[in-house]
Amino acid sequence: MQRNRLAAQFGLLLLPIIASLVITALLILAINQNPLEVVQNVWEGAFRNTNAFAGVINFAIPLVLCSLGLIVTFTAGLWNIGVEGQMVMGALFASWAAQFVDLPSPLLIGFEIVLAMLGGALWSVVVGTLKIRLGVHEIFGGVAFNALANVFTIYLISGPWQPEIGGSAQGTEPFPTAALLPEFSPDFAVSLLALIIIVVAFFAVMLALRGTRWGLQLKATGKNPRSALLLGVPTERSALSAFAVCGALAGIAGAYRVLFTFDNLRPLSSGGIGFLGLLVVLLVSMRVLLVPLVAFIFSVVFVGSTRLRLSMGLDQSLAGVLQGLAVLLVVLSNGLRERLQEKSYKDTKTPVNIENDHSVGVTRRVAPTSDTSKEATVHE
Amino acid sequence: MNDQTLNILSSIIANATPLVIASIGETITERVGVTNLSLDGSLVLSAMTGFVAAYVSGSVEVGIAAAMLVGALIALIVAIGGIALRCDQVAVGFILTLLCADLAQFLGQEYTRKPGPTIPYWPLPVLSEIPVVGKILFTHDALVYFSFLLIIGTWFWMFYTRAGLAQRAVGERPEAAFARGVDVNRLRYIYTMIGGSLVGLAGAAYSLGIKPGWQTPPVMLGDGWIALAIVIFGGWHPFRVVFGAYLFAALRALSNVIQGNPNIDVSPVLLNMMPWMLMILTLLAVSSGGIERLVKLLPRRMQRSTRNLLRSDPPAALGTRFKSD
Repeated sequence: MQRNRLAAQFGLLLLPIIASLVITALLILAINQNPLEVVQNVWEGAFRNTNAFAGVINFAIPLVLCSLGLIVTFTAGLWNIGVEGQMVMGALFASWAAQFVDLPSPLLIGFEIVLAMLGGALWSVVVGTLKIRLGVHEIFGGVAFNALANVFTIYLISGPWQPEIGGSAQGTEPFPTAALLPEFSPDFAVSLLALIIIVVAFFAVMLALRGTRWGLQLKATGKNPRSALLLGVPTERSALSAFAVCGALAGIAGAYRVLFTFDNLRPLSSGGIGFLGLLVVLLVSMRVLLVPLVAFIFSVVFVGSTRLRLSMGLDQSLAGVLQGLAVLLVVLSNGLRERLQEKSYKDTKTPVNIENDHSVGVTRRVAPTSDTSKEATVHE
Repeated sequence: MNDQTLNILSSIIANATPLVIASIGETITERVGVTNLSLDGSLVLSAMTGFVAAYVSGSVEVGIAAAMLVGALIALIVAIGGIALRCDQVAVGFILTLLCADLAQFLGQEYTRKPGPTIPYWPLPVLSEIPVVGKILFTHDALVYFSFLLIIGTWFWMFYTRAGLAQRAVGERPEAAFARGVDVNRLRYIYTMIGGSLVGLAGAAYSLGIKPGWQTPPVMLGDGWIALAIVIFGGWHPFRVVFGAYLFAALRALSNVIQGNPNIDVSPVLLNMMPWMLMILTLLAVSSGGIERLVKLLPRRMQRSTRNLLRSDPPAALGTRFKSD
């Protein structure tokens, strides 16, 4: 019985994903292209050699960082759409240090990362304060501050931080090598430091949410802020701390983009990774363990599909279509499953709903017949 | 008034039209208690669909119909997710925002930067002859006139008809409405789809009207969020919502004038930041109790009427679910 239930759950997760693949295939057919060829190209785009695979990992690193941060804000019941802007601010702060601070390389890198965390947290706490103190919903605050961060980047690139020769809005001068994160090995261009940060962040978030007072307070704040407050949880402070943590993680993600992926500051340096992180978290429905796996799959699809433009003349937004469809269908099917369970639950007499059934006229009396036990009825 | 001022005012009316239609659509939706957060994506996808349908068929009417259909379908997904499946409306809306933008970019890739049909210019015969007002209000295309009718019609429907009363009741006190024999969830589906089709129409108002054609990144990206903020700023009242939309378009026009004038030296960065600053500031004004404090400064007799005028409470049942049992 246990196995059946697991299988059913797994099936209900697999079904919407298969459906989203089928719909995407139909869309590809609709514009007269071959879906199988697309699959082959995406696969090659992600795995054709170590270089391509390193590209996937380099995309997945900031994505995992953002997703972990977003799990924290979602736990506190907050929609941190501002995560994109927080990445950009992290990138900005790190870029400032990379350009104007003169330190030995390891110290400089440490300083850049700390600054990036500060930058992201700052941008996040502003949105949080607007929400908590001043009643501006965090979705609108987030959208506005994303745009502000991007406008500010373009101002810096085309103004004070403009390269001296051939200045354009394309980006700043490449940063000095001492300021960049070192590569793991010349054959496999991935930053070891970033991988270590990911592992630390992963366990820190998982343990903090499961086993600490802070995690419990966040959960209480997210589930029911009013009763949490009445029970003595400092809800405002825990919500703000959730914003700060997510901002700091997003800040590192932004720093990684400029200090490793690009080597300089560019407009829109977040590249939509923050929004993708929101999709990842919605897909795994708050299960931290699944984040790295789903983020990796998303990265394969995203990075792999950048090859479509060259090989098939197809727009790479196909990746976004597939990911969006998959998450939408998973969220809808989760709703559907709950409705179905509720229905089968309601149709059967269990002690709990006998207790709540006023027409029976008994309260707090459990009928001790075997067929009313909860275990037996759920699977009928 | 000189010709230049008249032209600017007239262009403000024209440029505000998509925002007006979209924010009225969202007002209609939110008044029954459903939040359709997908506006930013809906506008983009319906604009693309509208343009492509008009381009392929050669008929603007087909384009408009297609755009409205797309808007209504997206709204239907939000409604099914929120009402029947009881998912998080915000989550469904947000996913659709991203999905629709990508879908538009993918399906529209063959049609970027192509000249296509547009809604014809149609100055109204007699009305456009009225001095000043005629030039500002009645020398546009049919969609602009439709938006005028829509504003008045929505206001009248909401506040002076029985059906409009039921609509507002569903958004404020669904239990009470249900007890009076209103089918709450049916009305929610209907009005959400009407609102969605208006958002689709607004998309067509970009791609077949003020910003003809299709390109990536889409020109209207971000306007959906602004329309959502305008609904809050407007306190869910059609007239104030529309006022917000025109105000926004006016400030945009002003920033264009400033940018085009070599004598005024303002950083374009500041001007690009303006819409977003404005969004935060207006939301701050309505949410932080600042208005209430300002009202208290007025003479006592005027306080009550001003408060009623500026009141901006969301529909009480916004984003909640309703179960009839």
